[in-house]
Amino acid sequence: MADNLVEINNLSFGYKNRLLHKGINMVFPRGKVVAIMGGSGSGKTTLLRLIGGQLVPTKGEVLVDGEIVHQQSREKLYQIRRKMGMLFQFGALFTDLSVYENVAFPLREHTNLPESMIRDFVMLKLNAVGLRGAYHLMPAELSGGMARRVALARAVALDPSIIMYDEPFAGLDPISMGVVCNLIRSLNDALGATSIVVTHDVHETFLFADYIYFVSEGVVVAEGTPDQLKKSKMPFVHQFVHGEMDGPVPFHYPAGDYRQEMLRVPAL
Amino acid sequence: MRRMNHFFQAIGHRMINGIWHLGAGGRLFFYVALYLLESIKRPRLIIKEVFATGVLSLLIVIVSAFFVGMVLGLQGYNTLQKYGSSEAIGVLVALSLVRELGPVVTALLFAGRAGTAITAEIGLMRATEQLSAMEMMAVSPIGRVLAPRFWAGTISMPILAVLFSMIGILGGYFVAVPVIGVDSGAFWSQMQANVDFQEDIINGVIKSVVFGVVCTMIALFEGYDAPPTAEGVSRATTRTVVYSSLAVLGLDFVLTSFMINV
Repeated sequence: MADNLVEINNLSFGYKNRLLHKGINMVFPRGKVVAIMGGSGSGKTTLLRLIGGQLVPTKGEVLVDGEIVHQQSREKLYQIRRKMGMLFQFGALFTDLSVYENVAFPLREHTNLPESMIRDFVMLKLNAVGLRGAYHLMPAELSGGMARRVALARAVALDPSIIMYDEPFAGLDPISMGVVCNLIRSLNDALGATSIVVTHDVHETFLFADYIYFVSEGVVVAEGTPDQLKKSKMPFVHQFVHGEMDGPVPFHYPAGDYRQEMLRVPAL
Repeated sequence: MRRMNHFFQAIGHRMINGIWHLGAGGRLFFYVALYLLESIKRPRLIIKEVFATGVLSLLIVIVSAFFVGMVLGLQGYNTLQKYGSSEAIGVLVALSLVRELGPVVTALLFAGRAGTAITAEIGLMRATEQLSAMEMMAVSPIGRVLAPRFWAGTISMPILAVLFSMIGILGGYFVAVPVIGVDSGAFWSQMQANVDFQEDIINGVIKSVVFGVVCTMIALFEGYDAPPTAEGVSRATTRTVVYSSLAVLGLDFVLTSFMINV
């Protein structure tokens, strides 16, 4: 059994003429929580989709448990995906199903368990995220944080060995953020899973991650443990960790000369 | 010269786009067809969708049918009495409904009521990543979401069309017999004698099955293909109504020309 459950080797990916990733290498060891950080639009979510086999790389490969994801048949790909759980940015709960039915969904689709056992599993997972009492609610009745926790319960319903989180803290209040932060670590350790967290929330990530990759302009610009990165003198890491407005990542989108732009008489 | 170029470029772009959509729609139809047998093993999903597309369309179909039948009764009587054959009003109402108005108007109502709902729902499911979530759970959205809706549309449409014709005939009867005073016996007996089960009723049902397949498939494709934005979903919903209506009217002519031996 390989030490790394997921490996990304020399991966390049792009849309039309724009190359989003340029030869990325990453490893995700078993049992660890690894974070991928970077600014908005740096292709972090796309990396998760490449790991899940929803996108095909232009060059390079993604290995999950030793198998190249994009070379698998549909059936084999679905088998690989059964080992994965993914938390989408806004939960992606099925709006026509109740909280209970959302968590029961993967169990109903992939197992022939009797209703009594499904109920036990669902309640177990909902209890783990603190929402057992909300089992009867519909997604529209949940707050953003609650929806994220229900989605997390659904993502771990089949006890996956890989859990992927896409911006789990986006738009959450500090209390919900803390709850989700603890859940990521505790679920990972309880299930013995490997977690991949895509985020740009520095403070929370440094609390729970074992290893962090910084991605910018399609390449890994820095990597290391939270302690190593806190001490890093690299300009990008410094700018990102301290939230500085200008640095290697410019504040302004590339544009022409400001003075010339203001003096230009627009054609009517 | 440049304007000419732009003009021809725009035409070419539209044509390529149209052909691309036709191909993509055909490919999706093929994938849906692959999941049809598997999907029928889960009747609860289909029943749920039959309720959403068929049962919830009942009210609009029944009310419209009654009014269409009444208008047919009035117009028919107005014309037939000039020739002294007002008793034939039952035949006129029944044949108009069973052969043409039943399947066609039901399909148009279905496209407006159920087709738009299907497109908007699937489009929003895509926009809110529900379909991606399903994919990541190793569940095919085509098998779980699209195939049951396809069955539901195909099953619901002929039932709704038959109901439309029945209610329409009752509407025609209401205007012709109690209101105008045409003989009730003549109304029913002429209808019974002149409406053929095979040529009129079965052909009408065949039309409605074809319209059901086409309208549902257009609604599914437009929803599945919709850009994941508010504008994208709204445009897709509009396209569902426009394409379904055009397809129904065009196909009606084609089917009628095959069914009628001129």
